[in-house]
This record gives sequence, C-alpha cells and structure tokens, in this order.
Amino acid sequence: MFEIVLMISLFIISLAMLGLIYRVIKGPTIPDRVVALDALGINLVSIIAIVSIFLKTTAFLDIILLIGILAFIGTVAFSKYLEKGVIMERDRNS
Amino acid sequence: MKTNDIILQTVTKITLFVIILFSIYLFFTGHYHPGGGFIGGLMASGAIVLLLLAYDIEMVKAILPVDYRKMIGIGLLFSAGTGAGALLAGKPFLTHAYTYANLPILGKTSLHTAVLFDTGVFLVVIGVTMTIIQTIGESD
Repeated sequence: MFEIVLMISLFIISLAMLGLIYRVIKGPTIPDRVVALDALGINLVSIIAIVSIFLKTTAFLDIILLIGILAFIGTVAFSKYLEKGVIMERDRNS
Repeated sequence: MKTNDIILQTVTKITLFVIILFSIYLFFTGHYHPGGGFIGGLMASGAIVLLLLAYDIEMVKAILPVDYRKMIGIGLLFSAGTGAGALLAGKPFLTHAYTYANLPILGKTSLHTAVLFDTGVFLVVIGVTMTIIQTIGESD
C-alpha cells in the first residue's frame, strides 16, 4: 500500500518535471526559464527524497542538501545577471 | 544603475556558514560514506562564489586575502608529500598508514594519513575552481 503511494507520487512529480522541461525549452522570456530551472531543482530534491524512502537508505540525504544549495546559488547567479547584466562586479559602489 | 540587494546580502551572511559547515562535514564523512575532499572543496568554493555574487571582488579580496594559485601549489605539495612519505618507510608509492588512538573528547578514533591526502585535494579543488571563476567572471 505504502509503495503504491510512493509510486503514484513519483509519477506525478515526473509529470510536473515534464511540464517544467517544456517551459525551459519553450518559455517566451528568460525569467520564465530561470523560474522553471529553479522549480526543476526542487522537484529533483523531492524525487531523491521519495527514492530514499523507497530504498530505505539514508545515503542520499546529503545529496538533497547539496542539490538545494547548488540550485540556490544557480538561481541567484541567473537573477543577478538578469537584473544587473554582470555576475561579479569589481567595485559595487562605483 | 544602483540596485538594492539588501535581502541577498542578509541571506548570504547566514547561508555562508551553513555551506561552509556542510563542506567540512562532507570532507570528514568521506572516509566511510559518500563525500571526500573533492566534493567538499567544490562546496567551499560554492560558498565563496555566493559571497562574490552578493558583494564584489574587492571586498572578497579584503576579507579573504588568499592567493588561489599558491593554494594549488600547497595542495599539490600535501598530496604528493603524503604519497612520497610511504617511500621513506620502504612501501610502494601512495601506501597509506593508519592507527587507533584515544583522543580526549572523541574517544577511540582511527587516524589515517588519507586525511592529509584529502586535505591536499580540498585545497587544489578550491584553488582551481576559484582561479577559473575569477578569471572568466570579471566583467572588465
């Protein structure tokens, strides 16, 4: 019973990721693509969580934190590029 | 154009220490579990990249006065020195030694020379990543 619930949730999250991939490829503007990439990272975290429940292991819990941090840094970098045009400034106050 | 990024800077001040702690955890857990010097170094350089994103290059250079090219050299010295140390004992290159010791707080702990090797890998990964990012990331 519990495994059927896990299978159904994996299937639904996979459908959500397919929709997000469509938005990444097709998205009319760049911010659409950035938000879709961020949501893809979050869906990846949930898929890893469900798989680690499924396999009854704790080895993947580090990977969840890792993907969360990397998706955060990536989204911040994209957002700064969209807002300022540069990613790393030499002097912020000039 | 002057923008207001107070939210990003406040979040960075808290998140930075979480990422650094996580990289140290990944470094030390790498002996028996997934992790190690390579991924720990990548996580630490990710923290420095977050600092570079929220602030600017001059400020990061002021609070972390490190020459990353020298860091590559020091790391290679650590790794190669640990490997060559086995030659002094008459063992093949890169043979590692370990012993068990009773430390004050940790209790019975296994001490490996592989930790020194991994420290070298950690420093090399931070040095290479930050050199690449600072070289291609500067706008002018």
